[in-house]
Amino acid sequence: MTSLALSPACCGPGAAALDLAETPTLASGPAVDPAAFVRRETDGICRLDLMAENIHCADCIRKIERALRAFPAVTMARVNLSGRRIGVAWRDGKVEPMRLVEAVTRLGYPVAPFDPALLDERTKAADRELLRCLAVAGFAAGNVMLLSVSVWSGGSDMDAATRDLFHWLSALIAMPAVAYAGRPFFRSAVAALKVRSVNMDVPISLGVILAASASLMETMHGGLHVYFDASVTLLFFLLCGRYLDRQARAKARSAAEHLLALTAVAATVIEPDGRRRALPVAELKPGMILAMAAGDRIAADGLVASGSSDVDNSLLTGESLPVAVAPGASVHAGALNLSAPLEVTVTAAGENTFLAGIARLMALAEQGRARYVRIADRAARLYAPVVHILAASTFLGWLLFSRAGFHGALMAAVAVLIITCPCALALAVPVVQVVASGLLLRRGILVKSADALERLAQADSIVFDKTGTLTEGTPRLVDGGAIPGDCLRRAAALAEASRHPLAQALAASFQGPRPKAMDVVETPGAGLSGIVEGRRLSLGSRAFCGVADRSADDDRMEIWLSEDGSAPRRFVFADRPRADSRATIDTLKRRGYRISLLSGDREAVAARIAGELGIEDWRAGCLPADKVAVIESMTAEGRKVLMVGDGLNDAPALAAGFVSMSPATATAVSQTAADLLFQGRLLAPVAHALAVARGTERLVRQNFALAIIYNLGAVPIAIAGLATPLIAAAAMSSSSLLVTLNALRLKRLGA
Amino acid sequence: MTALLYLVPAALFLGLLGLGAFLWALKSGQFEDLDGAAERILIDEDEPEAAPTGQAKVRPTR
Repeated sequence: MTSLALSPACCGPGAAALDLAETPTLASGPAVDPAAFVRRETDGICRLDLMAENIHCADCIRKIERALRAFPAVTMARVNLSGRRIGVAWRDGKVEPMRLVEAVTRLGYPVAPFDPALLDERTKAADRELLRCLAVAGFAAGNVMLLSVSVWSGGSDMDAATRDLFHWLSALIAMPAVAYAGRPFFRSAVAALKVRSVNMDVPISLGVILAASASLMETMHGGLHVYFDASVTLLFFLLCGRYLDRQARAKARSAAEHLLALTAVAATVIEPDGRRRALPVAELKPGMILAMAAGDRIAADGLVASGSSDVDNSLLTGESLPVAVAPGASVHAGALNLSAPLEVTVTAAGENTFLAGIARLMALAEQGRARYVRIADRAARLYAPVVHILAASTFLGWLLFSRAGFHGALMAAVAVLIITCPCALALAVPVVQVVASGLLLRRGILVKSADALERLAQADSIVFDKTGTLTEGTPRLVDGGAIPGDCLRRAAALAEASRHPLAQALAASFQGPRPKAMDVVETPGAGLSGIVEGRRLSLGSRAFCGVADRSADDDRMEIWLSEDGSAPRRFVFADRPRADSRATIDTLKRRGYRISLLSGDREAVAARIAGELGIEDWRAGCLPADKVAVIESMTAEGRKVLMVGDGLNDAPALAAGFVSMSPATATAVSQTAADLLFQGRLLAPVAHALAVARGTERLVRQNFALAIIYNLGAVPIAIAGLATPLIAAAAMSSSSLLVTLNALRLKRLGA
Repeated sequence: MTALLYLVPAALFLGLLGLGAFLWALKSGQFEDLDGAAERILIDEDEPEAAPTGQAKVRPTR
């Protein structure tokens, strides 16, 4: 990606390695009214934050900032390229926020307003605290090491007064630094102890605190060995690991947040007096009337008050064919309004919505997953007691069986704690995961949760959803070759006028110049009519085109075309599998995964796709609860299920699976539920992610082995009381370095 | 050994200076948009139509 910045094609589809612009809300649909997201400040300045996906380069920054500053009222316009965000401020009342949004949209950057306070303030504050801790630990580590090195190299030449002075200086730097920079670990350790469990942070905290306070005592008595350098360098290394870990996921998380914020950010409400107002979806109440333009996603469950249209429920039910709705029909949040404007009375809020039902199922399903314990914490559960028993018995051993006294015994025990402090162990997992997340991100796969890769590596069965996961989710003309060219040309010209997915598929199937359709009339739920090349054409359902013939009536998606003077003609469509679905499934089968298909669609459609892709285990007509039940029964058999799905109806199943993936085109709820998101038109990312996850796990285990071998060598030295601060520092750094270098080997997997 | 009397404080002072500079940079938002900073250097500020208002092109955040 590095040299892409200056290439002229940088804003085109070519740079789409991380281009999230394929979300349907962004590609289609009118700009959202941003009024609800404007923040008014006391000094008469308004602020608005926008997300824009396809900002890639300096030229994008320049164009957007210049367009916004062209408004005299705008006081600040700033593009943030890392976050793909635009912040704009203007003097209140001097310019309509909609005009600003339009100015950016017109440049070719679709934007969505958002509220930064809701999105990421908390994680940002945590990130900053971690960075501050890292800075303080780094400063302390550098300076204490400077003093320590002079004490070590001074050896016997250094007089006791100078050595004590240096020790006191070290204490002065290290004590506040440990107290400040250690807080993230202390907090986490206390939290773990409160629920009577042990994580990696317990031995870390204990080691650091004991080392620092024992060293302080030693300094007071004018002792020879102090471990201030060990305690601060330890904190520094560990904070590095933790920061890397956060950063790797922060990028994926922010991309995922973008996708979420972009879907259904606001709904247009029609007030009783006829005015229209944009409201965030969360503020909708039953009884409100929503205006839905063609191409909008329906924001809440409701009844159609006026207008008739076709509604695409594919994200909710998996059903690939649109449904005609007329006044009185009920529609669900998340469905796509296709052909004509609708007014919808909001009926359900709270517990009764379809969405709330899905959310309940998800909450139930997620309880199982919360029990997963990360591999590092599982290691800590074994490791921490061993370390603490070792240190305690070293202390007792020296106290009882030697003449070292309390003081000497304590120093030996501290040495054991420092040597065994799981520095390499705590780096072993994050470093590998950082490398793995980076590899996956470059392939357009976002790892959302911290333990997703660990769980992915253990999966042994894969359950796929059909529509939008195994298939592309959009219908394609099946028998285009059998239709005369001029007939297809006229049909495509007429079909272009409609947003109905079948009409759009028909329009897309004809390449080349086409005539213009005149007098086009769209009858929602039925079809289109118009005049093309002087002929009167009707395009639509069987009934709309006056077809009496029932012989060809099967389950396939169809459009009929009747031209004056010739017999009606049938166009058949099918939702095609992704180009590499078959190959990917074959690969996964070869690797020993058990593959199943759970579809909400009709039996015939599911059977055809399953046959085409070679999936023996399939079920059609599944409700969201059925999918959860199937996955739970597989889990009960001891299987670890990877669920791959995109629809709202898949969300509970995604939460129920041991681990889950969604395409980036999935509904907001599914994206929230999924552990990983993948982008693009291919299914191969699923296989790639599984391979990287297994490689990651192998490396993590290797790293643990390395860390344990190092401990086996170093611990006896510490128990024997032979470890000096110099040995501790050298051993600690070298083992951390070894583990990090080993983690970098993972890069070969991605090449 | 008297050299220590000013060398040690000098070393500590320089270290603290660096720490302070980093904390200031963090607080003032220098790390908010690392990719953007890398790209902004390519924006040519001398274009004739670019500065009709006479204001600085790149303004600080917040």
